[in-house]
Amino acid sequence: MATFKDFRNNIKPNWCPGCGDFSVQAAIQRASANVGLEPENLAVVSGIGCSGRISGYINSYGFHSIHGRSLPIAQGVKMANRDLTVIASGGDGDGFAIGMAHTVHAIRRNIDVTYIVMDNHIYGLTKGQTSPRSAEGFKTKSTPTGSIESQISIMELAISSGAGFVAQSFSSDLKELTSIIEQGINHKGFSLINVFSPCVTFNKVNTYEWFKENITKLDAIEGYDPANRTQAVNTLMDHNGLVTGLIYQNKERPSYEQLVNGFSETGLVKQNISLEKDTFDGLLTEFM
Amino acid sequence: MINQLSWKVGGQQGEGIESTGEIFAIALNRQGFYLYGYRHFSSRIKGGHTNNKIRVSTKALNSISDDLDILVAFDQETIDVNVHELNNGGVVIADSKFDPKVPENSNATLYAVPFTEIANELGTSLMKNMVAVGASSAILGLSHEVYREVVEEIFSRKGSSVVEKNMEAIKRGAEFLQEAAGDQAKSFELEKADGKKRMFMIGNHAVALGALAGGARFMPAYPITPASEIMEYLTKKLPEFGGAVIQTEDEISACTMAIGGNYAGVRTLTASSGPGLSLMMEAIGLAGITEIPLVIVNTQRGGPSTGLPTKQEQSDLMSMIYGTHGEIPKVVIAPSTVEESFYDTAEAFNIAEEYQCPVIVLTDLALALGKQTVEPLDHSRVEIRRGKFDFNAELPEIDDYFKRYELTEDGVSTRVVPGMKNGIHHVTGVEHNEQGKPSEDPTNRINQMNKRLTKLNRLHENFSNPIFTNAPHEESDLLIIGFNSTRGTIEEVLPRFEEDGLKVNHAQIRLVHPFPTDELQPLIDRAKKVVVVENNATGQLANIIKMNVNCKLENVLKYDGNPFLPSEIYTQCKELL
Ligand SMILES: Cc1ncc(C[n+]2csc(CCOP(=O)(O)OP(=O)(O)O)c2C)c(N)n1
Ligand code: SF4
Repeated sequence: MATFKDFRNNIKPNWCPGCGDFSVQAAIQRASANVGLEPENLAVVSGIGCSGRISGYINSYGFHSIHGRSLPIAQGVKMANRDLTVIASGGDGDGFAIGMAHTVHAIRRNIDVTYIVMDNHIYGLTKGQTSPRSAEGFKTKSTPTGSIESQISIMELAISSGAGFVAQSFSSDLKELTSIIEQGINHKGFSLINVFSPCVTFNKVNTYEWFKENITKLDAIEGYDPANRTQAVNTLMDHNGLVTGLIYQNKERPSYEQLVNGFSETGLVKQNISLEKDTFDGLLTEFM
Repeated sequence: MINQLSWKVGGQQGEGIESTGEIFAIALNRQGFYLYGYRHFSSRIKGGHTNNKIRVSTKALNSISDDLDILVAFDQETIDVNVHELNNGGVVIADSKFDPKVPENSNATLYAVPFTEIANELGTSLMKNMVAVGASSAILGLSHEVYREVVEEIFSRKGSSVVEKNMEAIKRGAEFLQEAAGDQAKSFELEKADGKKRMFMIGNHAVALGALAGGARFMPAYPITPASEIMEYLTKKLPEFGGAVIQTEDEISACTMAIGGNYAGVRTLTASSGPGLSLMMEAIGLAGITEIPLVIVNTQRGGPSTGLPTKQEQSDLMSMIYGTHGEIPKVVIAPSTVEESFYDTAEAFNIAEEYQCPVIVLTDLALALGKQTVEPLDHSRVEIRRGKFDFNAELPEIDDYFKRYELTEDGVSTRVVPGMKNGIHHVTGVEHNEQGKPSEDPTNRINQMNKRLTKLNRLHENFSNPIFTNAPHEESDLLIIGFNSTRGTIEEVLPRFEEDGLKVNHAQIRLVHPFPTDELQPLIDRAKKVVVVENNATGQLANIIKMNVNCKLENVLKYDGNPFLPSEIYTQCKELL
């Protein structure tokens, strides 16, 4: 059986020292080993951004794609081979700005992909512009007098779009983060995991300390029930979205693959794709 | 007796004009006639003039005709808009309900047939189309019984009385016309057809069937005219083969999801038209640099922007060849008949996997929606060749990443996909080394660029008939060149030039990129004049030819949204001679 070391490769990440994304990388490696995966059965698809590099830093099949499109690619991979474990990943700009349409529709579609967002409330790779997760008033190179657009409440949005698995975690809490990713992988259907992953270089407001001070762990809330959708949304609103843990899970909702009419029980890639002559001729008669 | 004629039915959109044409055409196809149908429609569902023109012949057909013999009209507008197409001796068969009139300057014979009245007498005005097809059969000298099979197929689930009612409507229409026309009806009596079973299909269905036979099992796509029939057909059929169609949120998603499917080893296609292709451009570049096979169908329509969404145009050629930033290997295939749409689409998947690059199957609206009689497609002509990819291959153990982008003599590397043991490697749209790891090293950059850009050099050896040629003359007075649906129309005019004593050769470019220079150059060298016929305003094919072949060219262009008529090509070529 593979251990987390088997998910390490020899590539040195080019992230800034202290970047929150290191923990996400480690958590994915640990979670993959903990759920019993073999590296060749894991595909990690990522978008573009500092965070997007993550697919190159895990010893598994990795696809570093284009800005905002990790989700459709990851869904295509899962449809082609449902026997794989598929992780999509990227930054908050990647997923909630340029790729927002895909995020909402991946939630609705519910293909079994685990989507891990490294949310630093800013654009890192392009050196510090505002993101849809930046708070109102947040000053960046593109909002020198402070952002005048509202911050997107991504967890509430996901829940209201029908998400079956919604969770949040924090780069400083490797234990919780690993556990959440394991649960996300094990969830049958789409899972959204938003990780507060500080950018130490460009975001001087939403720092490790800031998150530590402001985050409430759901474990600490007595009687919190992740199966209760209303409670999930109310709790998020009460805490301005700054909670970590499993926020909401619907274990009943079947995944897309389970619902598609006639869909292959094993990976489509394993099928023989030639048509028999009789089958082919049968198709022709419909046009005669 | 005659061996060919043109028939057209017209009325308001949503009035059953399409089904009238369908029933008429399917019945005749089953008699062994060859048909070619072209629908004129607009971008709305109800209302607006629509018509369906069908040409019938005892010989193979690839084009509409200039003229018209029989016009079936459900409203006065149909007569007013179309009467000028009628030949001398042409006939209008119109619903008596709207008190039809033929303009004074027309010598067409008018038969006012009580379509609606007869239908109402039999129970519902919906059957007025049946009365019309009945009347049409009578004028062709065919028994109204030719429709029985089709009518049974459509209505048998509603019970035999519905079948009989419809047959009765057809019979009454036929009888009414026979009585009204008397001996006159005989002027359109068709020679007997050979009774052979052939297919009758639109280009989009041929493409979809080609994808299925070519091994495609997954299709993410977003609806658009005139491509939607491809996804609709596969939505019905793929579940029978374990596969699926996903209607995505947009074409960016469709294209990138298709890249994901192909990356994971399943033949995956998407299909769209101009606006969708514009959205896919960034993703096409990703498939290019990551060397992932990808088949995209573009059924061209009138551009730019929303342009003429339900009209014919061939103006995406340049963007299909060069579209996406940077430089990638790409293949653009342009079938020129419904039959070729099938074989070329099936083959596109082989090319995509053998050369590991995007392949665009370029068609156009006239080809995508034109409905044509096709000889039964040949199963033995469809091959599946996957190039350097075998999902079940046993790979040797290695302690580093697999060299997915290994530099090889032919530029193509062994392809491995997720799930294969010992095949782990990285894939990125960033320039990368042989293992797929990002690299900015200048030597590596040049090696990888050269690898990608030269791997298609072998394509010409392996691509059969990159140009369809009909070149009987060693030296020609005129060489006409086209691509996609203009083929049939050009073929149609060749005999007219021969009658004028001119030697005319014809070349239809089927592989537009990489361009088959060696195949075209000799034809051009042996022609006194070369004319490129295309449905766009800037002569895109002519420009592509000039870039690849040493030549002087003239243009015949049309961009009003309609396909060329044979007479337009004839007259405009003659003017250039
Ligand atoms: C189509 C396109 N537009 C713009 C860019 C430039 N770009 C690269 S990453 C990025 C945003 C990065 O922010 P985020 O997604 O939050 O990731 P981070 O770098 O913070 O991890 C942008 C705008 C691009 N690569 N592609
Ligand atoms: S710029 Fe910010 S997000 Fe990017 S690597 Fe550095 S710390 Fe991380």
